[in-house]
Amino acid sequence: MKKGYKNWGPPLLLISPTIIVLGIFVYGLIGANISVSLSNRNSLVPATEFVGLDNYIALFGEERFIHSLQNLGIFTLFFIGGTMIFGFLWAWMLDKGVTAEGVFRSVFLFPMAISFVASGVVWRWLLNSAEGDRASGLNRVFENLGLDFLQNSWWNDPTWGMAAIALPAIWQLAGYVMALFLSGFRGIPEELREAARMDGATEWKLYRYVIFPQLSPVALSALIIVGHMSLKVFDLIMAITKSIYQTEVPATYLWVALTSNDYAKSATIATILLLFVAVVIVPYLIYTARAEKRQG
Amino acid sequence: MRKPLSIIAGAVALGLVLAGCSSTPSSDPDNADQVEVFTWWASGSEKVGLDALVTVFAEQNPDIEFINASVAGGAGSNAKAALASRLESNDPPDTFQAHAGAELTDYINAGQLQDLSSFYQENGLTDVFPESLIERITVDGAIYSVPSNIHRANVVWANTQVLEDAGIDPKAAPADIDAWLVDLKKLKDAGVETPLALGTEWTQMQLFENVLIADLGAEGYSGLWTGDTAWDDAGVETAIGHYGDLLEYTNSDFAGLDWDAATQIVLDGNAAYNVMGDWAESAFQQAGWTYDNEYTTWATPGTDGVFDFLADSFTLSVGAPHEAAAIDWLTTISSAEGQKAFNLAKGSIPARTDTVAADYPAYQQTAIKSFGEDTVVSSLAHGAAASIAWSGDISSAIGKFGADRDAASLLSGLVAASDKAQG
Repeated sequence: MKKGYKNWGPPLLLISPTIIVLGIFVYGLIGANISVSLSNRNSLVPATEFVGLDNYIALFGEERFIHSLQNLGIFTLFFIGGTMIFGFLWAWMLDKGVTAEGVFRSVFLFPMAISFVASGVVWRWLLNSAEGDRASGLNRVFENLGLDFLQNSWWNDPTWGMAAIALPAIWQLAGYVMALFLSGFRGIPEELREAARMDGATEWKLYRYVIFPQLSPVALSALIIVGHMSLKVFDLIMAITKSIYQTEVPATYLWVALTSNDYAKSATIATILLLFVAVVIVPYLIYTARAEKRQG
Repeated sequence: MRKPLSIIAGAVALGLVLAGCSSTPSSDPDNADQVEVFTWWASGSEKVGLDALVTVFAEQNPDIEFINASVAGGAGSNAKAALASRLESNDPPDTFQAHAGAELTDYINAGQLQDLSSFYQENGLTDVFPESLIERITVDGAIYSVPSNIHRANVVWANTQVLEDAGIDPKAAPADIDAWLVDLKKLKDAGVETPLALGTEWTQMQLFENVLIADLGAEGYSGLWTGDTAWDDAGVETAIGHYGDLLEYTNSDFAGLDWDAATQIVLDGNAAYNVMGDWAESAFQQAGWTYDNEYTTWATPGTDGVFDFLADSFTLSVGAPHEAAAIDWLTTISSAEGQKAFNLAKGSIPARTDTVAADYPAYQQTAIKSFGEDTVVSSLAHGAAASIAWSGDISSAIGKFGADRDAASLLSGLVAASDKAQG
C-alpha cells in the first residue's frame, strides 16, 4: 500500500496544479457555457428555467445562422485548399533544390509572424472593392497594369465573397504548411528514392508510391491545424469587414449575440463551434494515440 | 446555476475594475461625497465634452468627488460588456451612459434602472424638453434616463459644387424621395458615377429608416415600434422599393466603408449627397468648409418637419451606492448650464428647448430650430427605436438586401424580426 502511494503520489502532486487549473478554466467553463446554452438567458434578466435544446433548434431554424455556416464552409474550403496546394508546391520546389533555400524559406514563413488583426487591416485596404476612379489596393494595381478585367468586388461578392477573405489567411499560413511538408520531404531517406529508381520507377511512380505515402501523416497534421483555425476564424473577419451580414461566420455571430446581451444564443453558438472543432480534432487524437501505441 | 455565473462575472468585473481604475480613486460606498459615472467617452470630442461637464458639476457641487469610470474602445461595446458584468455582480456604478430610448429595454426588464419620473417633475424637465421627446423616452408611464445631448439622424449632407455643376439648385431640397431620385438620375447623367455616398451596415440601416419616415410619415413610422403600424404595410413595401432605387446610385463598395469614409466621398466631390447623423458636421469643419457655401444640409427628402433623434443619456442604477450624489449629477446634466457646456464641446445640441441658438455654430442653429418645432421620432440605427436584439435582426436583413437586392426577402425578414421582438 505504502509502496503504491509512493509510486503514484509524487507524479500526481506534480501535475495537480495543471489538472486543477485546466479543470476549472477549461472544462469547468465549457460546462458553464453548455448550461447557459440550455437555459432561457436571452437577455440581461437571469435565467429562470431549463429549456433543453430549444436554443439549438431555434438557431438551426434561422436563415441567418445557416448563412453564416455557408460562409464558414466556403472560407474553410478555400483556406484549406489554398494552404495545402501552395504549401505543397513551395515545399516540393524547395526540395528539388534551389540556391538560397534559406531565403525562400524565410520569405514564405514570415507572414505567419504577423497577427491576423494586423494583416487584416492591410488586406482591408488591399481588398477594397471600389473599381474605376476610386479604386485602391489590388484593384488599383490591376488598373495601373492595364488588367482592368481582373478588377472585382472581392469579398463584396454575395456568393463567393468569403473566398476573398480566405486570401489573406492563405497568404499567412501557406508558409507554415510548406515548413511541415518540407520537414516531411527531408524525413524521407535518400535510400528509398534510390531503391525505387533502381527498380525502374518513373518520377511520377516514385512520388505516387514512395513519397506521398510517407507524407500522408504530415498532410493530415497540416489539415487538422489549418482546419481548426479556419473553423474558429474571427479576428481576420473583424479586421477586414467588421461584423456585417455578408461576411458573417458563427464566431462573429456569437460576438454580435453576446454584445446584444443574448447570452443563451451566444453560448449555443459557442457550443456548436466546439463540437465542430471536436469533430475535426478527436479522430486525429485517436489516430495519433494509436500510432504511438504501435510504436511503443 | 445562477451562483457560479455571478462569481465568474464578479471576477471578470473585478479584473476590469482593477485594470480600468488603476490611476483614478475608487468608489467607496461609505463615503457619500462621491459619484461614480460610467461612460465610454474616453477620447476625442466626447472626452472634451465630459471634461466640460465635470467642470460644471464641480462648480455646482464642490464637495462631491467625481469618479470617472469610463471604458474605452469598440464604440461603446467594450464598455457595455464591462457594465453588464458589474450589473450582474450587483456592483453597479451610480449612473451609466446609454442611448436614450428602446436600447434601455434590457436594463429595464432586468430591473436594473430606477424610475426618474419624479426627478423630471421636481426639476421641471417635462416643461423644457419637447413633448414628443418625453413621449419617445417614456416606457409604461416611467422615464429611466436623462438625455445629455441630442443628435439628428435624418440629415442630407450635400456638396454644393457637384450639384451646381449638374444644374441642380443646392438650396432647394427635393420634396420627396421620388423627386430626389429624379435629381440623382440627373447627377448620374451628368457624369457623377455615385451621386449618393453610403457606408457599412448601420449607415444602410440609417438610410433605410430615413426612407421609412419619408414614406410612412412620422406617425406611421413611430407606429412600427409600438405595433400600431404593421410591418407588411403597403408603405413599408414602397419604402423598400425606394430604398432599392436609391442603392442604384450609391458607391458599390459601401459594405466596407465606415461612415467617415462615406462622408469623405462627398468631400472629394465624387458624390453629391450623404445621409448621415449630424456628427458628420465635424468632418466638414475639419475640411475647412463653411455651411451654405461649399456644403449645405437639409432634412432627408420627405422627412421635412420630422426630427429623427438619438441621444446619449444617463441613468440611475438600482442599488447605486451614492444615490444622492448621482441625482446631483443628473441635475447638472439636465441643467441649461451643463447641457450648454457639454454640447458646445461635443458638437451636438441640448435636449432643452430654452436653448439660446445664437451661442452655437451655424449647422447646430438649424438643428436647434428644428428640434424645437418638429415632430420627434426615434432613430432605429442608433438604439432609440428598437431593443438591441430587434435592431440587430433588422440590421442583418438590411445587410442581406445590400448584397442580394431581394425585396421580398427583406420584407419577410423585417416582419419576422418584428414578430420575434413584439411576440
